[in-house]
Amino acid sequence: MTTLLFAEHDNAHLKDATHKALSAAKALGAPVHVLVAGSNARAAAEAASKLEGVEKVLLADAPAYEHQLAEPTAALIVSLAGSYDALVAPATSKGKNVMPRVAALLDVMQVSDIIKVISPDTFERPIYAGNAIQTVQATDPKKVITVRTAAFPAATEGGSAPIGAVGPADDPGTSSFKGEEIAQNDRPELTSARIIISGGRSLGSSENFTKYIEPIADQLGAAMGASRAAVDAGYAPNDWQVGQTGKVVAPDLYIAVGISGAIQHLAGMKDSKVIVAINKDEEAPIFQVADYGLVGDLFQILPQLKEELTNAAAEYAA
Amino acid sequence: MKLLVCVKRVVDYNVKIRVKPDGSGVELANIKMSMNPFDEIAVEEAVRLKEQGKATEIVAVSIGPSQAGETIRTALAMGADRGILVKTDSTVEPLAVAKILAKVVEQEKPDLIIMGKQAIDDDSNQTGQMLAALLGWPQGTFAFKVNVGEGSIDVTREVDGGLQTVGLKLPAIVTTDLRLNEPRYASLPNIMKAKKKPLDETSPETLGVDVAPRLKVVKTAEPGGRKAGVKVGSVAELVSKLKVEAGVL
Repeated sequence: MTTLLFAEHDNAHLKDATHKALSAAKALGAPVHVLVAGSNARAAAEAASKLEGVEKVLLADAPAYEHQLAEPTAALIVSLAGSYDALVAPATSKGKNVMPRVAALLDVMQVSDIIKVISPDTFERPIYAGNAIQTVQATDPKKVITVRTAAFPAATEGGSAPIGAVGPADDPGTSSFKGEEIAQNDRPELTSARIIISGGRSLGSSENFTKYIEPIADQLGAAMGASRAAVDAGYAPNDWQVGQTGKVVAPDLYIAVGISGAIQHLAGMKDSKVIVAINKDEEAPIFQVADYGLVGDLFQILPQLKEELTNAAAEYAA
Repeated sequence: MKLLVCVKRVVDYNVKIRVKPDGSGVELANIKMSMNPFDEIAVEEAVRLKEQGKATEIVAVSIGPSQAGETIRTALAMGADRGILVKTDSTVEPLAVAKILAKVVEQEKPDLIIMGKQAIDDDSNQTGQMLAALLGWPQGTFAFKVNVGEGSIDVTREVDGGLQTVGLKLPAIVTTDLRLNEPRYASLPNIMKAKKKPLDETSPETLGVDVAPRLKVVKTAEPGGRKAGVKVGSVAELVSKLKVEAGVL
């Protein structure tokens, strides 16, 4: 009985999603091996080897895995699958892309987006945008699972697992990487940030995101998010979208600004520890899930909030 | 180029679902059903490719009860040419859906398959990837933009952190994300015309696919609720509460 965890990384760094999915993988009760598939990815493999509870790290280092395209990566995982009872990945865009392909090649029905491990074959997962929670028992001899990372704590460091080389497997050669536009900034990632401030369509423009949301995010060291309406209106990039079809987050503090609280948005943030809602409509549904609500004009409130936070930080420093 | 689009009949996007009191599932009786929104985007993209002269024929397929035929009619009204209903009253899991679709692909031999990235009922996000695996085809999931070339297709995908473009050899599978396009509404004349378009019927048994579920649903429950908190009167009060009461600053 061994579990293989497919690591999320960018070759140089192991991503926090891996730490969280590891907690889910460990909950299956078997030893965990971590697969780092990448190109020049030893740094990511070394980071994985230091995680508490990892028995072994498998490093598949080849040009074909640089961007972890689904076709070669699924072929690699399938080539290793014989030794494992469970194959686990975080439900990131990579995990969601690769794992169902693996599952079908193994004739296994995948369990997507688990939020709780009840037993090694029984899991809870949200359906209908989180408006119902289903408990499912997987009857296939092998399990293929993706993990909703917001539902699990991050595994800590404290291990020193050996790193062994594996692969490469045959590349089907049907796909190629053509390019990417990845936002470069120093902010924490949405899915691992401790604090998130999100804006809705009421912001009115992308300039207003920069003018009103960004200074507060800078002050708090927070990630920035947006509602689907704000993204569709072009005020914020698509990878900022929080909600059913965007990112599902559970930070310590979630500040929703000018977001009415459509169920699709609530599905993406309602597990946050503390929710603050700022909205001019006191009937907005977001107030029904908010711990602290402030009714008023965001264009007046946000500059005040920036000032209060700056003062509070100064007091703390003194 | 021949296109296959896959459409699923699901609880309408705007319906707030209710869990059955006995935990056996979600209340579906007398509830408005519609085409899965991501599949509408798939149909729209296919119709646009045909309008641009890049596709010659669009076949819409759905798996489900006889009412799924109405979902296919919607696709036909949007501009698909003909439909195939794989009729079954069973719950069909993504793996079985992919196996059924693989059989349909054997018969229809499309060059490109477009479908939604996930259905908004079970939120599995598996079928496109699974079908690609079973056919040995490449996949462009979570599509933001597609660009069809000669024997290949470039798919720009919504990924964590931004966008990624992959080049795929045809035949291939594309699964749609929200911003690929804005689906059209079918006009009344097109809805009337759609009634005359051919709609064939088959079944999982005829296609030789076992749809027995691999996941046993133990129970379905309401999610843990969240109570409304307090309204604060000022920004200063908010910051103070966050610091002292919530301890998150």
